Amino acid sequence: MRGIISAAGYLPHWRLQRDAITQVLGSSAGKGQRSVASYDEDSLTMAVDAGRRALGAAASANPAALWFCTTSPTYAEKTNATIAHAALRLGSEVIAADAGSGLRGPAAALRSALHSTDPAVLVLTGDVRTGPAGSVDEKDGGDAGAAVLVGAASADSGVAVIAEYMGGASATREFLDRWRSPGEARTRSWEDRFGEQRYGDLAAQAWEAGLKDAGLQLDQLDKVALVGPRPRASAALAKKLGAAGVEVIDSLASSVGFTGAAHPLLMLTSLIEQSQPGQVIALLAMADGADVFFFRVTDQISGESGTAAGVTVADQLDDADNTLLYSKYLAWRGVLPVQPPNRPEPARMSAAAAERRLDWKYGFVGSKDHESGALHLPPARVSFEGGNIDDMEPAPMADVAATVATFTVDSLAYSPSPPVVFAVCDFAGGGRLPVELTDVRPADVTIGMTVEMTFRRLNTADEIANYFWKARPVRGQGTAPVRGQGRAREQLEKTEQD
Amino acid sequence: MASHGIKDQVAIIGMGCTQFKEHWDRSTDDLLIDAVTDTLASAGVEKDQVDAWWLGTAQSGMSGVTLAAPLKLQNKPVTRVENYCATGSEALRQACYAVASGAYDIAAAVGVEKVKDSGYQGLNAFPIPTDGTQRTLTAAGMFSLVAPAYADKYGIDPNELRRTLARIASKNHSNGAKNERAQFRREMSVDSICAMPAVAGMLSVFDCAGVADGAAAAIVVRAADAYKYTDKPIFVKALAMVAGNGSGLADPEFDYTHFDECEAAGKDAYAQAGITNPRTELAMAEVHDCFTPTELVLMEDLGFSARGEAWKDVEAGAFDLHGDLPINTDGGLKSFGHPVGASGLRMLFECWLQLRHEAPEERQIDTADRGLALTHNLGGYPGDMVSFVGIWGNRLG
Repeated sequence: MRGIISAAGYLPHWRLQRDAITQVLGSSAGKGQRSVASYDEDSLTMAVDAGRRALGAAASANPAALWFCTTSPTYAEKTNATIAHAALRLGSEVIAADAGSGLRGPAAALRSALHSTDPAVLVLTGDVRTGPAGSVDEKDGGDAGAAVLVGAASADSGVAVIAEYMGGASATREFLDRWRSPGEARTRSWEDRFGEQRYGDLAAQAWEAGLKDAGLQLDQLDKVALVGPRPRASAALAKKLGAAGVEVIDSLASSVGFTGAAHPLLMLTSLIEQSQPGQVIALLAMADGADVFFFRVTDQISGESGTAAGVTVADQLDDADNTLLYSKYLAWRGVLPVQPPNRPEPARMSAAAAERRLDWKYGFVGSKDHESGALHLPPARVSFEGGNIDDMEPAPMADVAATVATFTVDSLAYSPSPPVVFAVCDFAGGGRLPVELTDVRPADVTIGMTVEMTFRRLNTADEIANYFWKARPVRGQGTAPVRGQGRAREQLEKTEQD
Repeated sequence: MASHGIKDQVAIIGMGCTQFKEHWDRSTDDLLIDAVTDTLASAGVEKDQVDAWWLGTAQSGMSGVTLAAPLKLQNKPVTRVENYCATGSEALRQACYAVASGAYDIAAAVGVEKVKDSGYQGLNAFPIPTDGTQRTLTAAGMFSLVAPAYADKYGIDPNELRRTLARIASKNHSNGAKNERAQFRREMSVDSICAMPAVAGMLSVFDCAGVADGAAAAIVVRAADAYKYTDKPIFVKALAMVAGNGSGLADPEFDYTHFDECEAAGKDAYAQAGITNPRTELAMAEVHDCFTPTELVLMEDLGFSARGEAWKDVEAGAFDLHGDLPINTDGGLKSFGHPVGASGLRMLFECWLQLRHEAPEERQIDTADRGLALTHNLGGYPGDMVSFVGIWGNRLG
């Protein structure tokens, strides 16, 4: 049985109300809100956050490949996926590559993963949807990351799937609907009606072929997610599904926005999270063609939490800061150039120094002295307690919560979005790091608050994106599960119920 | 294993110090020439009589050529040293040991910094290639961590501590106002300092050292030769130095209310000088008040106040110009300004004036006849710093 082993979405902490755009620009930007990546997030960091959750929910599965999809890559020429590979601490034998730069990448990567003979394949997606002020991408777009771990169930290795793949199909035909040159902010488009009709035809073609491939009749379906940049393109199909009693789930248009290359897997995750064991579900992704995937949800999906990865998409809809200023949004995205602080800009990182400390910089792995147990962040060769030399073991700390021992707010330090909020963080079980906080308002920081680590882009110098970790407040259920902890928590809950 | 010290083996026979300010019209070369010229005149020696030179500069030049070229020294050894903001003290320390060793008869220590050519406010470190994971906080931000930690540990209302810190700044402004070489010469009331907007934690710009260009220098000879040059030499009683191992950043035991490196350097210096009660034996101290909370906890690290008591002593005026242990009588880093490589020597310059009763009348201390003064110079951040402590006396024994 092959299918989805785990799936996770990542929504950034910030929301921009569309009213806020309307108030500034005059013309209506519509109702609801969109998700906004913080100034220190990008397609890769959000994909990594989602990937940590997906892997955390599937302790025994080891991906042989990582495919990364986005339309807002950090790099051309250089592969982006290898950065996620390092942050997720995957083995050097695991291939990591970018699955194209267009909106169809995630459907292609998912199809490839489902048809692969690899025991497990991790598909990561992330996108930051930006355009000129007042553009469709700004108003109707959103920022997110999503990850699915695809593979084969195996009793030997203890790997199970939460959704079994039943079949699918694709339809492709070249037509010009929406386009953007590399490096450009603005997406251009042909007349709406043209794209809507072409997508409608392709969706119908793929849908019928997919049903046949999966051996399904329409009335056997329970829930469907329809995904694409043109919401009206699937209206006819949605009507047909509705008539047959099939639920078309919320597209997140009013709460998150269309998150580009992240959206198909974000919606697939949401779809699985809303489903019950035994239900048949479908994802239809329309992007320069149409791709449909049919799954049957298994009893591996917990009836209690309704999720495989601890934090659901729905959890994150509520757990957000809804008060982001439009001006701040514009500044974060570089649409509104603002005066930077009058401080020297950061120097570029050294590629060689970064590679020497790969596990620290990307994986947040410190070291632990065997004799004294003293934890060293960053890793050290000589222990500050006892002085032993080269008697340390790696100490992975990315999934360990910490407490704020003391903190400060620095308005003088260079930051892409001042002020810098900075805290001395003491990790549960030992270890301390003075480190920047993120996704927090200065007035909300307190001594003793619990924080967790998150992979962020600190700055960019000489076109080099400098990634490292920051701490963010643990809010509600927003705890990234430790790899394997998702299952451990389920076990714990079961035990408590017993 | 402990340091033996060189008490009473070497002496300072001449000193000079430029004004500390935004010297838009003076280059590094100009500042060096001015400070050295004044210093040589003070000692009554010619440039060529100086056998060896140590130049302290954090980032205004590299190598001894930075000094040898503008002064046109002829075939002399010149060593450039750097030790964060304790760079000036480090140059002095090397010159003293060189003379004590017998290698040279006359040595000079010179410190200089030209910080105002960068185009940015504040101090900006020279970027060394790294993996990009280093923290990006300013020094103000790092030292601002001390204030809430101190208030929390000793149960002080943060608003009350805010006023205590302002009192330190106000005192140093008051002292600096009486110093023609100081960068800031305006008195500042506690209320006006408290009213300033915070820029890092609870600290405002008036809690931060002034950033200035400047240079200072000293001539060092064997103690036995000192009276050939001056009837009022200043003798080296102790030179102590600790480079911290940075464990404060990684060790959850560190609570940001004290600086281990400063306490250790102080203890070493007191042992070298034979001081048992610094609060009553010292005539004065120049300490590294880079930020107001730094001066507060240094009072405890250096043994002037009991742990948790410094804020009360500050409020009681113990460290005022005419208090029982005057601190930073020249205005300190706060008011005199902080040209990194020069500051350690500037501190000694104030001791030189005070112990020789040569300070301007309006700031001459009452306690000079105790005969001993301390300079404390640190560099780095809480939990991760270098610290120097020197003790100086106006008589042997």
